[in-house]
Amino acid sequence: MWDMSHMVFMGGLWYALTIIGLGMTYCIGKAFYDTFLDKGKDDHHH
Amino acid sequence: MDSALIPKGVKRCPTWQFALWIGAAGAVLLWGVVAMLLCWFKGLNQTNMNDSYGFALWIWADLAVIALGGGAFFTGFLRYIVGKDELKNIINYAVLIGFICYSSALLILAIDIGQPLRGWFIFWHANVHSMLTEVAFCLTCYFGVLTIEYVPLILENRQIDKVPFFHRLGHNLHEVMAVFAATGAFLSFFHQGSLGGVPGVLFGRPFAYREGIFIWPWTFFLYTWSAAACGPCFTILITWITEKITKKKLVKQNVIELLAKISGWMIGTYIIAKIIDTWYWAKVTAPSAGFNLMDFYSNNPFYGIWILILEIVICGVVPAVILISEKGRKNPVALMTGIVLAVLGACVNRWVMVLQVMAVPVLSFESWAMYYPSWQEVATTILPVAYGVILISFSYRYLPIFPQEQELNPEA
Amino acid sequence: MVIDLDKCTGCGACMVACMAENNVPFKEDESKKLDSITWLRVYRLTNGKSFPDTDICYLPRPCQHCGGKGDHGHSPCVSVCPATATDYSNDTGIVSQIYTRCFGCRYCMAACPYHARYFNWWDPVWPDGMEKYLSPNVSVRMRGIVEKCSFCFHRYQIAMEKAHYEGRGELEENEYQTACTQACPANAITFGDLSNPEHAVYELKKNKNAFRLLERLQTNPKVYYISGREWVRRAGDNYLKDEKK
Repeated sequence: MWDMSHMVFMGGLWYALTIIGLGMTYCIGKAFYDTFLDKGKDDHHH
Repeated sequence: MDSALIPKGVKRCPTWQFALWIGAAGAVLLWGVVAMLLCWFKGLNQTNMNDSYGFALWIWADLAVIALGGGAFFTGFLRYIVGKDELKNIINYAVLIGFICYSSALLILAIDIGQPLRGWFIFWHANVHSMLTEVAFCLTCYFGVLTIEYVPLILENRQIDKVPFFHRLGHNLHEVMAVFAATGAFLSFFHQGSLGGVPGVLFGRPFAYREGIFIWPWTFFLYTWSAAACGPCFTILITWITEKITKKKLVKQNVIELLAKISGWMIGTYIIAKIIDTWYWAKVTAPSAGFNLMDFYSNNPFYGIWILILEIVICGVVPAVILISEKGRKNPVALMTGIVLAVLGACVNRWVMVLQVMAVPVLSFESWAMYYPSWQEVATTILPVAYGVILISFSYRYLPIFPQEQELNPEA
Repeated sequence: MVIDLDKCTGCGACMVACMAENNVPFKEDESKKLDSITWLRVYRLTNGKSFPDTDICYLPRPCQHCGGKGDHGHSPCVSVCPATATDYSNDTGIVSQIYTRCFGCRYCMAACPYHARYFNWWDPVWPDGMEKYLSPNVSVRMRGIVEKCSFCFHRYQIAMEKAHYEGRGELEENEYQTACTQACPANAITFGDLSNPEHAVYELKKNKNAFRLLERLQTNPKVYYISGREWVRRAGDNYLKDEKK
């Protein structure tokens, strides 16, 4: 079952999904935290 | 009327004009939607496909559109990984074009399979040895990445940006965009390649079959390379068309020329590799199955040797020469000729590897199969174009796609 | 399977038997053959010479159940199916098609050089009353999926069941025969286990005039053809102009 084809495929797929997942979690999570949970921050005046 | 949604500092046409434009594109879209629904409810007998021609017009369109959408990943790679900062002035548009190309591809695939409701089987019952499985996974993941790259642009709309959460979200996305771009390039490398692998592994079809390295036929790498080479040309072409329609310069010429130069070198190196591959296939691979090169180009009314010359010389060598030379890039006519030929080259290549493959007989007592598309196929192929026009129109009108637009078009 | 092309008269009884046995759907107007489903199709070959040297040959072509390169089960179609809807059985050597798994991408059809695979462009429409005499052993397919000759696999299953009840593991040669084999009035088709020395096909495949279609592609098909005529044997594959066989 676990031959080279499987390794390459699953490895690549889960690598990509993990990075995307982590990236999006960071972006959405931080934005959520900064907007709703950290009312002290006031950084949207540029 | 909708001026509150229009980005600051730029002019857009009156709302009624915009509505008319969208209406016209919408009518074409509707025609495509009708054809699409016909295919879904009545079945694929609505097309002119048959058992000799299982892949037809919209699959060619699918492949071509993915190749041309390669501008998104390659420009992103050049900007974020290689560090060509100038490209930040065109990357937004490249991403938008890529988004349209990939969503169109997914839509076409949903229409093309015989049982669309079972489409999820390709994920759930995946066969990891099949190139098409790889395509499906990478395409879907990469479409996700493209969506992630498009979202910050939407969040920059004047009104949406006023919402603090969206503003911060957009900011965070920009912060880590390099990571997404890198992942996008990684995924693109594989799915553009697997799309090349689709014909390349067909050892029952000597016209398509190529040798390769490990499990990957050479067409795998050639497809990624040509997508990276011709995709940016498509971005430049659409930018040029947009500039002609909106009657304003949107991207500075030096940015266009930089992208064209890189593209030219990519096309040049690609066409050398392609020529070597074609030569080896004609001299070694195909003859081992009993086929001469001319066997693939004779005894039929359409696929003559002209198509090989068109693909490699006219749409390969010529645009490479034009875009590599500085004089070629600086001359507007030469530049656009090179760009159009490069785009055409990618299209011809995808046509040859999908449709000519199906036409060429393999059994010695078979004849060539000819094919022409039905109106439903034409309509569903034009559907993504109409959809693209509409999405670009909305994005151009309400989102700050072109960072240099204000600078190039100062308020009178 | 071994097919003697010097016996085949092109009558088409095998094609009819196959369609009846396997509930193969048909259109109201069957004149356009490009999208007709014929699991077994008889081709008409000619040596291309004019009178009096004209010769014709009829060649029935079922699914070749290819073993693929090295005969390891990597048939051209099995390798490419993205949903594992087609599979090679190492026990029987038969390439199966799972109708409920196939979602109709047609990649296998592109891969098959023998045009053995057919797509259901329409839902089957049976003339009034015909649903009552469809074969109960073969599932009916709906539109949007691929189908092909299965070497009458349902007959294998029935024969194996019977053998199992009788406490046997092996099948006699005449216990499992395909519909086309039995229908041929000229006995041109012989069916059996190619690796079983007691079966007729075992010896037949070693006939000096035996050949397989497109051998050079290394598909390793299970169907052998026999013909005493040189031009017929040569028509089974592709050769460069100056190549000798």
